[in-house]
Amino acid sequence: MNDKPEKLIDKKGLRLDGRKPDELRPVKLEVGVISNADGSAYVEHGKNKILAAVYGPREVHPKHLALQDRTVLKCRYHMAPFSVQERKSPAPSRREIELSKMIRESLEPAVFMEYYPRTMVNVFIEVLQADGGTRCASITAAALALADSGIPMRDLVVACAAGKIDNTVVLDLMDTEDKVGSADVPVALMPNLNAVTLLQMDGLLTREEFETAVNMALEGCRKIYAMQKEALKTKYVNVSEDIKEEAED
Amino acid sequence: MPILLERKQLVTPGDLIAEGEYIAGENTFVENNKIYAARVGIIEIENKRVDVVALKAFYIPRAGDIVIGTITEVGFNGWTVDINSPYIALLRASDVLSRPFKPQKDDLPQVLDAGDLVVAKIVSYDRTHDPQLTVAEPGLGKITRGQIVKITPTKIPRVIGRKGSMISMIKQETGCNIILGLNGVVLITGKTLEDEELALRAILKIEQESHTSGLTDRITQMLREEKSKREENKK
Repeated sequence: MNDKPEKLIDKKGLRLDGRKPDELRPVKLEVGVISNADGSAYVEHGKNKILAAVYGPREVHPKHLALQDRTVLKCRYHMAPFSVQERKSPAPSRREIELSKMIRESLEPAVFMEYYPRTMVNVFIEVLQADGGTRCASITAAALALADSGIPMRDLVVACAAGKIDNTVVLDLMDTEDKVGSADVPVALMPNLNAVTLLQMDGLLTREEFETAVNMALEGCRKIYAMQKEALKTKYVNVSEDIKEEAED
Repeated sequence: MPILLERKQLVTPGDLIAEGEYIAGENTFVENNKIYAARVGIIEIENKRVDVVALKAFYIPRAGDIVIGTITEVGFNGWTVDINSPYIALLRASDVLSRPFKPQKDDLPQVLDAGDLVVAKIVSYDRTHDPQLTVAEPGLGKITRGQIVKITPTKIPRVIGRKGSMISMIKQETGCNIILGLNGVVLITGKTLEDEELALRAILKIEQESHTSGLTDRITQMLREEKSKREENKK
């Protein structure tokens, strides 16, 4: 994996894994995978494998962290030692701490924080296998887990990245493309309210490129959102089937 | 210009349900005169009022609710009670003893100890204070016998039924006394273990099929069949 590929896009205009520039990796979403958590979700985004669990709202520990007018949302993004090529130390790194904060901030606008003052909601995100774009997949998973736990939300949150490799703007970078390529733009979106909750840029892009990248990422978000909704509904598929049967009776 | 999703449809947070002259009910919110869903649930529309019946939620205390809780801690002048909610409830010693509490004379763990179950009523609760409980009313107090089942708090109204039709039917058919804690905890006390078992199964069945209609009839049928089966076995 250490040898850099010379070209990220071949003559046919296809990427290393055979995708077109505006193609997403295959995404698989599952809700309610952890029975002991109040809400949970599992995401496979290409080779990324991520688990998210939500606990709460519950009493705040330690007590002095409680806020009198809103709930406290806590996120922990963690990469398993075996999630990357070289063993990663299980201690939270600078990057993981930053990502935890960033994920929390992109989820907060979607949650009705003021409904349950003096409580805490914990979101645990465990990256089991990483292949570029884990922050986006983590947000997608965490939003699903929050919705599954029954916490009132304004909207789901979906995230997707776009970037620049070999002078072309492409959607959904994987690990090698992220490292060798020249820019990465992760975007998180609340699709129904049409509000962006996260927008980062790493690398260099011209204004025009930035705009195409953002639009491309938003398009990707909407595609994943359809799957996200489907995943939430699948958990309660028996319920909706029963209702349909009744309507027919 | 009201655009509407159908009644009884499954929605996820953020789904647009209605627009214009509708009233936003439970588990919904309004933005720019549009009504959206705030939880995963099923749409109910009645007289222009749009509700989402949540498929999963937690119990939020309300003054006057009867709840069933577990004592988690014995304090200096009272107990802390887990009522299956984001907030922990407090029960004062003077309330249980129904006289002023004297720390020198009264031994709290002897009255109620950690792990004991109580039926209690919420006296007060608001956003700034934890719920306060009382047991100084007939029918409230420590639970000494019976069986406990936990179900999703949002499904308690379904167990009660329209004007209490469901619960009174189960009581009648099984001969059990049933106390429904609005926090999703149900206490069943009957003459025999089998009676309790039967009532318990009925309640779990209601939780699973809460979204279907004609449930009361089906539960009655199930209870009667079970009873007649048991009669035959005795013979």
